[in-house]
Amino acid sequence: MTTAEPTPPPLPPIIKRRKRKPFDWSTAGIGLVMTTAAAIVFFRDGRDRFLEILYTDLRLFGDVLLKVAAGCLIGAFLARLLPRELVAKWIGAESGFLGLLIATLLGAVLPGGPVTIYPIASAFLVVGADVGATIAFITSWTLLGYTRALVWEIPFFGLDFVIWRTLISLPLPIIAGLLARVVARMVAKNWGNT
Amino acid sequence: MTLYIVEALLWTLVAALALAAAVKGRILFRDGVREGAMDFLRLLPKVLIGVVGSGFIAAIMPPDIMARWLGPESGFLGVVIAVLGGAFTPGGPVVGFSIGAAAIKSGAGAPQVIAYITAWALYAVQRFFLWELPIMPRRLVWLRLIGSLPLPFIAAAGAMLLGRP
Repeated sequence: MTTAEPTPPPLPPIIKRRKRKPFDWSTAGIGLVMTTAAAIVFFRDGRDRFLEILYTDLRLFGDVLLKVAAGCLIGAFLARLLPRELVAKWIGAESGFLGLLIATLLGAVLPGGPVTIYPIASAFLVVGADVGATIAFITSWTLLGYTRALVWEIPFFGLDFVIWRTLISLPLPIIAGLLARVVARMVAKNWGNT
Repeated sequence: MTLYIVEALLWTLVAALALAAAVKGRILFRDGVREGAMDFLRLLPKVLIGVVGSGFIAAIMPPDIMARWLGPESGFLGVVIAVLGGAFTPGGPVVGFSIGAAAIKSGAGAPQVIAYITAWALYAVQRFFLWELPIMPRRLVWLRLIGSLPLPFIAAAGAMLLGRP
C-alpha cells in the first residue's frame, strides 16, 4: 500500500495556466449582451417579470455553485492522483480505438454537468491522455452524461425522447475523437508539433 | 430531488479523491484543496454572469418564429438553422433545453430539435469563450471544436433514419 511510502510519488506537472484576470474581454462581452437582454426585459415586460427571471436565475446559480466547487476539486485532485502510466496505457497516444471507447464510457458514467468537465479534461491531458480520447471524453460527457439528462433534460422532454436522443448520440463521441486525431496528425505533419 | 442525488454523487467522488490524496501525503492533499478552491473562485464571476444572464436571453427570444423555422417540413435547411441557433444559444444548463422543448411543443421537427440540442451542447458560443478557452489548453479547445462540427448533422440524420420515438 502507498501508506508505507515515506515520500509521495513524483507529481505530474501542474497544469500551466496563463495568469488571467477574473474578467477578460470575452467575459465582458458576454456581460454586455446579458445586461442588454436584461434591460430589454425590464423596459419591455416590466419590473415584475424582470425580478421573476432574476430570482429564478439566482436560485439556479445557488444550485450550481456546489457542483462547480465539486468539479474544481475533482479536477485538482485527479491531476495529482491519476497515475501517468495507467492513463497513458488506457487512453494515451497508443490507446487506439479501445482508448476512444474507454474515454466514451468514462465520460458517460462520471457524474457532473458541463461546468465540471473542463477542469477534469485538462487534468487528463496533463497526465498523458491522448487528445482524441480526451475529446471523446468531453463529447461523451456532454451528450451522454446521465446526470445532465436526469437533472435537466427529462423534466423538459420526458423519458422517451431522452432515451431516443441518447441512442442516436452513442457513436458521436467516437466520431469526434477520431476526427480530432486525424486533424491533430495533419496539423503536426504540416505545421510541426504545437 | 434528483438534484441532490447528483450533488451526493459528486461530493462522494470528491471525498474519495481527497481521502486518496490524504493517504498519499499531506502536501498532495493541501495542494489539491488549494488549487481546487482557487479554480472555483476564478470561475465564480463567470458562472454568475452566465447563469443569471441566460434567463434574460431566453426571455427575449421569440419562440414562435423559432418554431416556424424549425418545423418538420424545414428539412435540411431547418437542420442548418437549428445548428446555428444551437451554437448561438447561450450555454448554461437550462436555456437550450427549455427552448428545444418549447420548439417541439410548437411544432418543430424532432430531427431539427435533436440537431439544435446537440449543437447547443457541443458548441454554444458563449460557453466556448466563457469556460473552454480560459480553462482548457488552446489546442484541445480547437481540436474539440473541429471534431464536433459534423456531429449535430449526424445526429439529425440518425433521428431521420430512426424515426420519432
